Amino acid sequence: MAMTLEQISEMLAKYPVKVEKNRKKHIVIKDSAAGRQEIEANTRTIPGIITNRGCAYAGCKGVVLGPLKDMVHITHGPIGCAFYTWGARRNKARSEDPGQNFMNYCVSTDMQESDIVFGGEKKLAKVIDEVAEIFKPKAITVSATCPVGLIGDDINAVAKAAEERLGIPILAFSCEGYKGVSQSAGHHIANNGLMERVIGAGEREEADGKYPINILGEYNIGGDSWEIERILEEVGYTVVSVMTGDGSYEDLQNAHTAELNLVQCHRSINYIAGMLETKYGTPWLKVNFIGVAATAESLRNMAAYFDDPALTARTEEVIARELARVEPQLEQYRKLCEGKTAFCFVGGSRGHHYQGLFAELGIDTVLAGYEFAHRDDYEGREVIPEIKTDADSKNIPDLHVSADERRFRLKMSPERLAELKRQIPLSYYAGMNADMADGTIMVDDLNHYETEEFIKLLKPDIFASGIKDKYVVQKMGIPAKQLHSYDYSGPYAGFNGAVNFARDVSMGFVSPTWNFIVPPWKDEPLLTGSVTEEGVA
Amino acid sequence: MLDATPKEFNERTSGGMINPAKTCQPIGAMYAALGVHGCLPHSHGSQGCCSFHRMHLTRHFRDPVMASTSSFTEGASVFGGGANLKTAIKNIFQIYNPEIIAVHTTCLTETIGDDIPSIIKEADIPEGKVVFHANTPSYQGSHITGFSNMTKAMVGYFAEASAAIKKEQVNLIPGFVNPGDMREIKRIAHLMGAPFIMFPDTSGVVDTPMTGEFVMFPKGGTTLGELGDSGNSKLTVALGRFASSDAAEALAKKCKVPAVTLKTPIGIKATDALVMALRRAFVREVPWELEEERGQLVDIMTDTHFHFHGKKVAIFGDPDIVTGLAEFAVSLGMAPVHVLTGTPGGAIGSDVGSFEEDIAAIVGQAGLKANIKAGGDLFTLHQLIKNEPVDLLIGNTYGKYIARAEDVPFVRVGFPILDRSVHSYLPVVGYRGAMRLIEMIAGALLDRQDRDAADEDFELVM
Repeated sequence: MAMTLEQISEMLAKYPVKVEKNRKKHIVIKDSAAGRQEIEANTRTIPGIITNRGCAYAGCKGVVLGPLKDMVHITHGPIGCAFYTWGARRNKARSEDPGQNFMNYCVSTDMQESDIVFGGEKKLAKVIDEVAEIFKPKAITVSATCPVGLIGDDINAVAKAAEERLGIPILAFSCEGYKGVSQSAGHHIANNGLMERVIGAGEREEADGKYPINILGEYNIGGDSWEIERILEEVGYTVVSVMTGDGSYEDLQNAHTAELNLVQCHRSINYIAGMLETKYGTPWLKVNFIGVAATAESLRNMAAYFDDPALTARTEEVIARELARVEPQLEQYRKLCEGKTAFCFVGGSRGHHYQGLFAELGIDTVLAGYEFAHRDDYEGREVIPEIKTDADSKNIPDLHVSADERRFRLKMSPERLAELKRQIPLSYYAGMNADMADGTIMVDDLNHYETEEFIKLLKPDIFASGIKDKYVVQKMGIPAKQLHSYDYSGPYAGFNGAVNFARDVSMGFVSPTWNFIVPPWKDEPLLTGSVTEEGVA
Repeated sequence: MLDATPKEFNERTSGGMINPAKTCQPIGAMYAALGVHGCLPHSHGSQGCCSFHRMHLTRHFRDPVMASTSSFTEGASVFGGGANLKTAIKNIFQIYNPEIIAVHTTCLTETIGDDIPSIIKEADIPEGKVVFHANTPSYQGSHITGFSNMTKAMVGYFAEASAAIKKEQVNLIPGFVNPGDMREIKRIAHLMGAPFIMFPDTSGVVDTPMTGEFVMFPKGGTTLGELGDSGNSKLTVALGRFASSDAAEALAKKCKVPAVTLKTPIGIKATDALVMALRRAFVREVPWELEEERGQLVDIMTDTHFHFHGKKVAIFGDPDIVTGLAEFAVSLGMAPVHVLTGTPGGAIGSDVGSFEEDIAAIVGQAGLKANIKAGGDLFTLHQLIKNEPVDLLIGNTYGKYIARAEDVPFVRVGFPILDRSVHSYLPVVGYRGAMRLIEMIAGALLDRQDRDAADEDFELVM
């Protein structure tokens, strides 16, 4: 059921005028006849609007830094921010040296009122010393929370002094929660810090195996990265590093040795991808390992890049074998999913990626959007030059890198690179809009009111989103699938992941529990009887 | 699991936390505000605060947790958040239409010193609608302090001594407990024939039924009328010193309602104390139904005492809950050897005081000694357990890491519980709650005994 502009206007009419004017620009009905369709994104959420968005700290420490397992991550601030990013995102990690896996640790300076008044630098320095003494990590990160910037604690100076004192890298991230307009600012801040301090700091000039690649923007939620690595290794690739799921300081240091960088989540990591290309001449390939077809296509694009007949043959072998294995499994779930519709509203990439997997199961995505993406994630990277900086985006500095004199190396001739770019998404992302069907809706920063209204109007069969709206949707009798945490299941990536996803989504549709919502007494009058010839019996 | 935690104690004087046993004030304030009927909690700070708090509360209750935010930007942090809050208030009433907005602050807005009452005064509030607030600086106390501050704000804003003589009714302040606990406390008050006003009351708000319809402001929650009338009650019973006594004292001061602070009624002794307080206040004999329940509990305790007696237990979590659990563990003949809360122990900002004294008194009466710590963290608790192993660990979900690392049976009680369900619907308070605790504890201990038994020692009857 398609929606008209009038229906959307009617829905927005309940808003105060300013909100209405603002929100209108964040909603687009796909119309391929209309040419390029602009959507507003990465701008402020209006105060009072119940948004799903978080903050820069969540994007920096919570998303990008948190999964790096061999570093101790210190949160400088009052206790809450550290507490909420402790084990809350399912970025799994295993380590050969469990004593150097700090994934289940949460360190906070636990700032008190006196620290706010007199400054928290001394306390931070002491916490760094204690952590170094107890855990002996290879490196430490320090992430700032709101009050840190406000009171003027110089975390960079504290980190630098501690680094000299302790002899290990200590990275400071000024990712105060009020910076930018969402988690996105924090991704950028984390990208800058990792590029500046970690990536390329290793001594290696060459990777250990053939076809070395990095996987960027893959956070190993529910073990996604392990499934992707399984496939890539079977084809014959050498995974140098993953940024940052099950990632490590150790691996990231030598990420410059890769011949190709794969980008899974464009939004959170495209900064590093771009800088790696500038600094080392390594192009990046936009991949999508969600869904069987997208996974196969990504593998074929990688093979096209390396252009080695043996690798291409092996790629096709693995694809054929995996398809033969998973297709029959998917088929049984397809029967339960066919003809259904979905809303797909997730972070910064999944809102796009999961549409393909839904489609493979016969589910049409009728509404999709991102919580914190930018226009290029919707409209494609060609809009980047057009995106105006504003007061919020200006606050996040771009890190300017230049070609590394020693290590910069073109991976192929410029002519072949140009030719390849015509065939595969090399250093390019086409965005969500390209894959949306006419009449479907894109909504940026979908909020609570619109969630309720769109559901009433479009009546989707499943709603893919996060924990904050999950139970709102389920109360309405509609299955809700968390695509941030996968409802504690997974992996959902790769071939095995597609089967897991199909199973879980089908389970949502066929669970007997939906049948119990209406109690039997609502369907039967209290008094029953029959009329006979003698009267009422 | 937790392989980097050494057995040897490290001297830690920084005041930093490793694996905290508390979180920050605003989430407690948000939870308390949900216990007011028709109220939308509003987080005056960065978006992340609101998002984090909603995430954790939703995961704990597995029910919608609605709240809004002032969505601070860098500009607002420099120039003050007045405009953000005023815009938010206007938008919230027009779009979501709650009866009440409960604003709580964050470390950001406390640091820049936003004057919330002045901003509220200047805000555009529709006729008949209400905005109130609590200051909840994240850099003081814990989530329990935040709960306490928001509860106290309900008194400050709404309670009125409007009647000439006090009414035959009692105010029950349940503290930071689950809606299942609040329902049980209300049931006990009903059985005692005591008319009551419970505030805050999140039952019917975060334990709502599946009806096929989403209701943004569900049936539950203390009404504004009830909050006002709390000033006319003849008694306030504050359950839990840390979460509830400030509000009770405020009510005593503002409306001359006498206050008594009792322990959170976890276990037989604390429940007895609640029942006795109601019995005295209303001069009503305890009904057979409640006496029967108590008798059943004692029967169970006696029948199963050999499962528990002498077992060493470590307990952590929020101070009021931990106090009740420690007391009940002692009643069962168990030995609490490590008792820890992340919340500072006494007056706000102080590390020492009543928590440690309370627990020392409880274990001392049984002739026991324990490591007792307020303002502690789970890294410390883990080290304590490594040095003096226990048979059982009781605490919130975060204890599962230690339980696995040390292979200790683990019972989940408290906040947050993120990996199990139903816990928020069923009580741990009252006589029935005590029975449930016994079932949980015995289940954990006996499952372990079964697991570890050799085939020839594996028993059918235990």
